[in-house]
Amino acid sequence: MIGALAAIDCDVHPTVPAMTALSPYLDDFWRAAVVERGINSLETVTYPPNAPLTARPQWRDKNGRAATSAAELTAQVCDRWQAGIAILNCLYGVGLLFSEDMAFAFTRALNDWVAKEWLERDPRLRASIVVPLQNTEYAVDEIERCAQDRRFVQILVLAMQEMPLGRRHFWPIYAAAERHGLPLGIHAGSTYRHSITSLGWPSYYIEDYASHTQAFQSQLASLVCEGVFAKYPGLKVVLLESGVTWLPAFLWRFSKFWRGVRAEVPWVDRSPAEIVRDHVRLTIQPFDAPAEADRVERAIDHLRSDAILLYASDFPHWQFDGDETMPAGIPPALRRKILVENPLATYDRLTL
Amino acid sequence: MNIEVRQPVHGAKDSGKARVGIFDCDIHPKSSLEDLRPYLSNRWWDYLQTYGQRQRHGYVKGFPYPKSQPLASRRDSWPPGGGLPASDLDFMRQQHLDFYGIEWGIMNPLSPTGQGEQNDELSAAMAFAANEYQLEGWNRRDPRLKASVVIPYENGEMSRAEIRKRAGDRRFAHVLFLSRTSELLGKRRYWPIFEAAVEAGFPIGVHVFGSSGRPMSNTGWPSFYVEEITEHSASLAASVTSLIVEGVFERYPELKIVLIEAGFAWIPSLGWRLDQNWKRMKDEVPHLRRAPSEYLREQFWVSTQPMEEAEEPDHVLDMMAWIGWDKILFASDYPHWDFDDPFVALPPGLSEERRNKIYSGNAKALYRLD
Repeated sequence: MIGALAAIDCDVHPTVPAMTALSPYLDDFWRAAVVERGINSLETVTYPPNAPLTARPQWRDKNGRAATSAAELTAQVCDRWQAGIAILNCLYGVGLLFSEDMAFAFTRALNDWVAKEWLERDPRLRASIVVPLQNTEYAVDEIERCAQDRRFVQILVLAMQEMPLGRRHFWPIYAAAERHGLPLGIHAGSTYRHSITSLGWPSYYIEDYASHTQAFQSQLASLVCEGVFAKYPGLKVVLLESGVTWLPAFLWRFSKFWRGVRAEVPWVDRSPAEIVRDHVRLTIQPFDAPAEADRVERAIDHLRSDAILLYASDFPHWQFDGDETMPAGIPPALRRKILVENPLATYDRLTL
Repeated sequence: MNIEVRQPVHGAKDSGKARVGIFDCDIHPKSSLEDLRPYLSNRWWDYLQTYGQRQRHGYVKGFPYPKSQPLASRRDSWPPGGGLPASDLDFMRQQHLDFYGIEWGIMNPLSPTGQGEQNDELSAAMAFAANEYQLEGWNRRDPRLKASVVIPYENGEMSRAEIRKRAGDRRFAHVLFLSRTSELLGKRRYWPIFEAAVEAGFPIGVHVFGSSGRPMSNTGWPSFYVEEITEHSASLAASVTSLIVEGVFERYPELKIVLIEAGFAWIPSLGWRLDQNWKRMKDEVPHLRRAPSEYLREQFWVSTQPMEEAEEPDHVLDMMAWIGWDKILFASDYPHWDFDDPFVALPPGLSEERRNKIYSGNAKALYRLD
């Protein structure tokens, strides 16, 4: 069966065309609030709508939006790029809201919209459960609700949060994740609780986008140091749109300091590098790699794992040109693992 | 890492290997507020006695993240005659400068220096005093120890004034920043500092630590010291990005930046990432005439401590090659707990030529201290 499947695309993005699209999935109170308060859009500056990165030009519709329907998305990622399965990670800005109640209502509507308007339309689609991290109880409720639908294969949160994800505050979410066989997907993005870098707000968007790398590092450090993987040994974490080549250097530094001061975190009883290789996976776009093929091969070698990378096109974000979904320089033997075997081993709910 | 207490080996049989004199880019002399008193006005001395320093974190004494050991120092670095680690020149000579044959050492004083102090006037007064004391308390007594120009970096004009006072004084090696500035280093508020440094011919040293007043990470406050020290390379990556993307090196092409105690293996990946973003969105930054990685390759130097340790040692050699063998400077971080022993810090397998460059040649070329 595996042989028939060409690829599993672990990171594609359905676009919510407007807030009104979610109205049918809101109760009367919140539907009225959307109108009365003029809440037209929750698009975020993480992906400025007209910025080149946000969508490849030929994929944009007359309004400048891309990936606004299941048919449009599957035509590209499933038909043209041959993904037998694609996982929808909806980045609509419900995670930024400050009201816990509004966040819960809008998040529920978003997940219902994804199920109805996307999963129902194409059997090749799967989705992540967007969770209202603003309130841990609400987040767990939403996981319990959506997990009944086996087409939801992962929990989705943004990389920059109010506090690091390892904090004990969030642990009931990880208990639910483990219980239901749902990896924790951490996607590039911010809730804008803090400046986008730890030293303030950059002037340029390309700095914003690069700064996600630092958030992924902080989240891994937090998840390991707080003991999340000791407490929930079945938990898997997938870094989405994270880049990959930063990981080795981060693990060297982190593991070295852990050796020096590990008395501070005695529950971390082996090297963070090993823990991360056992529990964490990364998607391959954007592929933050050098131009030279031999350096790419070395950089991949530095990861010291053939299980850690997962295929993703990041559609409709403009990460590569043409149909070069698999970055040049990745050794042929690794391709098959990245395309199919590693995603299958990561997502318990993906079955053929 | 903590090392064993060792006795000086004068006259003892060495390995027989000829060693070059070592240029140590990161030594932390410890002064007390009392040491700075002769160089402070009564106003600021009295102020410090009454109100103390306010450094964008909550504690009067101690650190937001308690260190792994007292003053983050080697257990064996407390001088036998009393005082704090690295406060006693004779013991520093015995334990470090003479023991390892340090030919030149750059002092990067961390506290008390007033850097990052909320009050700019106080910050400037303390920076001046810290500079005077580096000369009088250390360099005058041992000229191997070069001073850093400590500046009140949150105020560009006051910093420029301090740098101009030190211009032409060869006892100073570079201008010192701590990495956790209140804004990203490429922002315009810091440009007077870069301009003054270029005019005076000083490189800029950016040493990790300091308090920005912002959460330690862009996803909030971590819990542990191990996270804090791991995070430093992340915050510095953001400032390196800012320096490049804001166009600082187009405006000041002679500016040289030395990253101290930040590690270095993260640098190649940062360059690749920025190049990729830049290729897609050059229109956002038309003031950049070259790929970001080219500025990274040409304007930045790195120091070795804490030496990168990969699970497979040759992976570190890849990173060193990608950064450039001419851009890596040896640093020990004496007297701190994660001190790198000059005799064993560099990875095995380096050619004699490369070792010599890292131990001394690269720093001599950069700092023009021959």
